[in-house]
Amino acid sequence: MSKINKTKTAGIVIETLATFLSISLIIFFLLYLADANFSEAIRGFIKSSIGGRKNAYLFTTFSKMALITGMAIAALIAFRAGLFNIGGEGQLVVGGLVSAFVGLSVADFGLYGILLALASGMAAGAIWALLSGFLTIYMGVPLLVGSLLLNYPARYISSYLVSHPFRDVNSGLPQTFLLPKSVWLPYFQGTRLDVGIILIFLVYLFILVISQKTKYGYYSKCMGISFSFAKISGLPTKKIVFETLALSGAIAGLVGSIAVLGIHHRFTDGMLVQPLYAWTGIIAALMVNLNLWGIPLAGFFFAAISTGAAGMERIAQVPKEIATIIQAIIILFVVGKLGSLGSASISSGESDHD
Amino acid sequence: MIEDFLDPEFFSSIARLTTPILLAALGGLICHRAGVFNIALEGFILLGAFMAVLGSYIGDSAFWGALSAILGGIFLALVFSEFHLRRRGDPIVVSIAINLLGLGLSTYLLRSIFDVSGVFSHPNIHKLPTINWPFLDSLWLLDLIFNDQSILFYLAILSVIAFHYFLKYHKIGLWIRVAGENQEALRSSGSNPVQVKFLALLICGIFCGLAGAQLSISNVGLFVENMSAGRGWIAVVVVLLCAGRPIPLFFLIILFGVVDSLSLRIQGLGLPQQITEMMPYIVSILVLVFASFRRFRFSSKTHL
Repeated sequence: MSKINKTKTAGIVIETLATFLSISLIIFFLLYLADANFSEAIRGFIKSSIGGRKNAYLFTTFSKMALITGMAIAALIAFRAGLFNIGGEGQLVVGGLVSAFVGLSVADFGLYGILLALASGMAAGAIWALLSGFLTIYMGVPLLVGSLLLNYPARYISSYLVSHPFRDVNSGLPQTFLLPKSVWLPYFQGTRLDVGIILIFLVYLFILVISQKTKYGYYSKCMGISFSFAKISGLPTKKIVFETLALSGAIAGLVGSIAVLGIHHRFTDGMLVQPLYAWTGIIAALMVNLNLWGIPLAGFFFAAISTGAAGMERIAQVPKEIATIIQAIIILFVVGKLGSLGSASISSGESDHD
Repeated sequence: MIEDFLDPEFFSSIARLTTPILLAALGGLICHRAGVFNIALEGFILLGAFMAVLGSYIGDSAFWGALSAILGGIFLALVFSEFHLRRRGDPIVVSIAINLLGLGLSTYLLRSIFDVSGVFSHPNIHKLPTINWPFLDSLWLLDLIFNDQSILFYLAILSVIAFHYFLKYHKIGLWIRVAGENQEALRSSGSNPVQVKFLALLICGIFCGLAGAQLSISNVGLFVENMSAGRGWIAVVVVLLCAGRPIPLFFLIILFGVVDSLSLRIQGLGLPQQITEMMPYIVSILVLVFASFRRFRFSSKTHL
């Protein structure tokens, strides 16, 4: 028995090493293609993901980590309930957009203004997610496709609004006016890190508690294991679908609000789409096999990759898109270990009521 | 008013807008029938589009462009097969990763090889040839729609018919269908379902690569970052809607081409670009809703 275990452990070690080696080889090949100085590139990567003067880059990584972790939580709770909500991007964008508009109009209310802007961002994200749930439950559109397709209207409508009716014409870019300082999220003393990361941490604790301690958490996990089983057992599946999507969308909307109120202080066209926050969040959630405990670490890891890649671009002229490639490769190498994502019949188009 | 819409440019742009989606959807269709849930068409197209420009630039001819686009598609198909068929990864996760890989690789290579970001255009990029059919010259509407189109447009139309008969009557087409419907039956008849799925993925890679080539070296002569802009997802929707049947697929895609073309016209009348670019996605959602009300069932065999 122990002998079998030993060979198994050895196998796992060899496999992990092989995976690590293949990923490193691919990265070196990409660096070679970009004609980069290897040691310079790697030093740039490490320095700008966790180093910097007064740890400035480390704080950038933390503020990115807040966004990625938030999107990962949003993806995780939907996926765990068997709902392939890959429309996080749209929910993120409408959340950010709405809280930028609200933030611009509540400048005089101080803290209440901030709360109002955050809440309206969350509401907007939730509504956008509920829209895809509505299409799935009442219109028979598979959630996987429906939620994804709704990303594009969100992207184009926001782009239209900030390039025409609500544009800050003097700034030259398609973006809204700068938010007044009174509605900016406060920074931590002496840093450029806003308190958004604390909000995300609170969300994380909230999700931990409801998934461990409440009936809803239990039901949604049941539904993720088998939708038909949950339905036959008499669980209120429709309600769970809507609750889960609203929660997932609200978190994505909150992430958008934090990006607007805490980091950029305005909504610029493409600012939430281009860095692929939503997709990185999905990848982070998948990498830890939808385990809530691993989420912050995965969030930090992918945030470090992305800020590190930005530094590599500054220092060694390696295009920062290497971060996207690395993320994709990592998830490809771990995907075989994850197993199937559950039945998820309503997500991918199989009808369960024929 | 009507004349503003239905000018010659409207008709001749339909083919141009339809071809990329049609080619990609044909690739997706084969995967769908073989039981591979491939929603990575977007990534396939994007890498194909970049490789087409790269090949056309380096090889100094459109032929090399098309060939290298095919190779780009095949490369991602191989990645898909390795991680889905051999390592048994969940197809949705593999697809998400490959979409990111296509986006990342095309942008990374654009910046590291050509040292530009955003748009790459160069006189060395050769466009695919168009074909002139003299007998169509006098039939004005047919002439506008069908004549002087890119070579890939005719290939796509021929492929629709070829796929229809291939899936229906050819031995390999039968294998592909059985691989999707009942793997065990295929195995007991002595064929390996994994090999059949692999073949389907390769065909998908080839067609999506060509779809990319149509976008970059036929419709325009340049590469723009993320230039597939969701067309792969529309192809996925169309494949789901027609349950993997080539002829209905063709007509659905014509519908999308007409909508695309109309929204370009409307843009000319002063509607903002963002609103018209949104149209195909809104139409996709509406068609999905309409289809489910018509009890037009999705094939339920292919998922997960």
